Amino acid sequence: MSVNATEVLADLAAGRLPDAHGRFGPFGGRYVPETLIPALERLEAGVREHLHAPSFQEELGEQLTSWVGRPTALTFAARLSAEWGARIWLKREDLAHTGAHKINNALGQALLARRLGARRIVAETGAGQHGVASAAACARLGLPCIVYMGAIDMERQAPNVGRMRLLGAEVVPVTAGDRTLRAAIDEALRDWVSDPLGTYYLLGSAVGPHPYPYLVRELQAVIGREARAQFLKQAGRLPEAVMACVGGGSNAIGMFHPFVPDPGVEIIGVEAGGTGSTLGGNAATLSYGQPGVLHGTYSMLLQDGDGQVQETHSVSAGLDYPGVGPEHALLARIGRVRYESASDTEALEAVRALCRYEGILPALESAHALAGAKRWAAAHPDGTLVVCLSGRGDKDMPTLQQTLLAENA
Amino acid sequence: MNAHERIGAAIGAANARGEPAVVAYLTAGFPSRERFQSDLRRIAAAADVIEIGVPFTDPMADGMTIQRSSRIALEQGVSLRWILGELEALSPPLDTPLLLMSYLNPLLAFGLEPLARAAERAAVAGLIVPDLPFDEGEALHETLAARGLALVQMVTPVTTEERLERICARSQGFLYAVTATGTTGRTVRVPVEVTDYLDRVRRHARIPVCAGFGIRSREQLERLRGHVDGVVVGSALVEVLERGEDPAEWLHTLRGRAGF
Repeated sequence: MSVNATEVLADLAAGRLPDAHGRFGPFGGRYVPETLIPALERLEAGVREHLHAPSFQEELGEQLTSWVGRPTALTFAARLSAEWGARIWLKREDLAHTGAHKINNALGQALLARRLGARRIVAETGAGQHGVASAAACARLGLPCIVYMGAIDMERQAPNVGRMRLLGAEVVPVTAGDRTLRAAIDEALRDWVSDPLGTYYLLGSAVGPHPYPYLVRELQAVIGREARAQFLKQAGRLPEAVMACVGGGSNAIGMFHPFVPDPGVEIIGVEAGGTGSTLGGNAATLSYGQPGVLHGTYSMLLQDGDGQVQETHSVSAGLDYPGVGPEHALLARIGRVRYESASDTEALEAVRALCRYEGILPALESAHALAGAKRWAAAHPDGTLVVCLSGRGDKDMPTLQQTLLAENA
Repeated sequence: MNAHERIGAAIGAANARGEPAVVAYLTAGFPSRERFQSDLRRIAAAADVIEIGVPFTDPMADGMTIQRSSRIALEQGVSLRWILGELEALSPPLDTPLLLMSYLNPLLAFGLEPLARAAERAAVAGLIVPDLPFDEGEALHETLAARGLALVQMVTPVTTEERLERICARSQGFLYAVTATGTTGRTVRVPVEVTDYLDRVRRHARIPVCAGFGIRSREQLERLRGHVDGVVVGSALVEVLERGEDPAEWLHTLRGRAGF
């Protein structure tokens, strides 16, 4: 399907995407077993009724302020800027409660689930951040929470498994499939199919069947709205570029969405380049993928010529996913956002740099955005750049012990 | 007779014998590629319609059994292209109507028009696509219909009345009535709510209704008699193949046919 960039930008700015069929241009839609259709229709009706209703927004806003700690800071990274070039600001989602942007979505959806009368919440998690956020939000609201997590991820993000359990969630190891985020989503969907009306599926990224990509974007757009207003206040104008890491793409779409209508702002997404361009060596869907359907949405996908989904690799569990949100696929197609990738090595180097120069331990996911920022800064020594620091890196200590700290020993 | 009409005729023939039709599922190339053609023939001897599962890496509607058979088939290099080639090579061809059951992405990768052409050549009567609800299925439906191939639709106990009506108006071959919410392969008792639901589906349907998901015993079949035109057996049959037992013998026992 051909896509007219000017029309798409006008539609995005006017809030006309996704359309009535849950489409972002050719991407999106609802590719799920028939059993889930009534649940998705009910969710869609619930989103329409509640999400932008004043009473819901008031409740959400109050919780975001008093419990999550919003607004999060916009930090000028003076020493990092001196080292890398450009003037780099960090949107500090690592300071949000539970340590990442995931709480914005988890809290919003948990509030929605309660309004929709859900008896139990299921969620998937990769790095564990969405699982922790969901567990925390459910504890806060008194809802039972079950989190599916790939067995490989449970190992590399062990601290988060303990946190989820302390927060009262049941963590179910997924040993099927690739034993990472993708298999966890498969399993959460299977759970939901078993009880589509009593269970609420709290999906953690801007992927999945309609209305999830829309719902998650709306709940995460607080990142970009705050960053835009904070930057305008601090610098008196808009930044020249904004940047975020992209796995499924929830922090990125939240950061990007409010900047999409600003023609002077360059927008860059950074995917996980892993160990290189060979199939299976990375999770850079928009760089190397083809259109296809996974987990209920038509988007870009890392797959082979037979349409089988490929295993991915990234040092960061949260980016280790073969698909990407449909809105990103559209933004890439029309060229409004440029998507590039950063390797495992570049991401680890960025972790070290941010620790050393700014006293901040970033999540490995966020470190991919920082690695992109380093490149951008080298090319734009006088530029201004806001990077979404989507989460903090405490959860990555097992991986860092085996990489950065092992090198130092 | 159109390809899709052969499905209804095969189900009708079983009903005329006084029994529900049996739609038998196997994952193509499981347990081995070498056995695929002979397994098909054995199953064809005891089933009225055969569903051939195209393995996919992310079978989100399937339980453990079909997840496992799909993975093993993929490890042996089974692809849609290979399956269609095997079916085309069947000599003599099978009289039993064949359906392909595939998640959407392998079909998209193959291309819808090439798929319809190849399916016709391979004497396939239609497709079942568990992650393609009928609202999203227009393009595939039309491409298949142009060649007389069926796109079999599913309904579930939670499908609303209004949607059921629309799906019934659209479905070809048979209507696949999922007996329980959940994934394939779990044993399902047949309480009165299930028979009530199947009766409701049948009132709307203009084509045969076959119940599937969790059917594995003679007892269930008896409970369903009079409420459906046929049953789909999947995971239970895959487990028979996995144990190295004769699928035809098992199907005959399921149907209460003595002397086999």
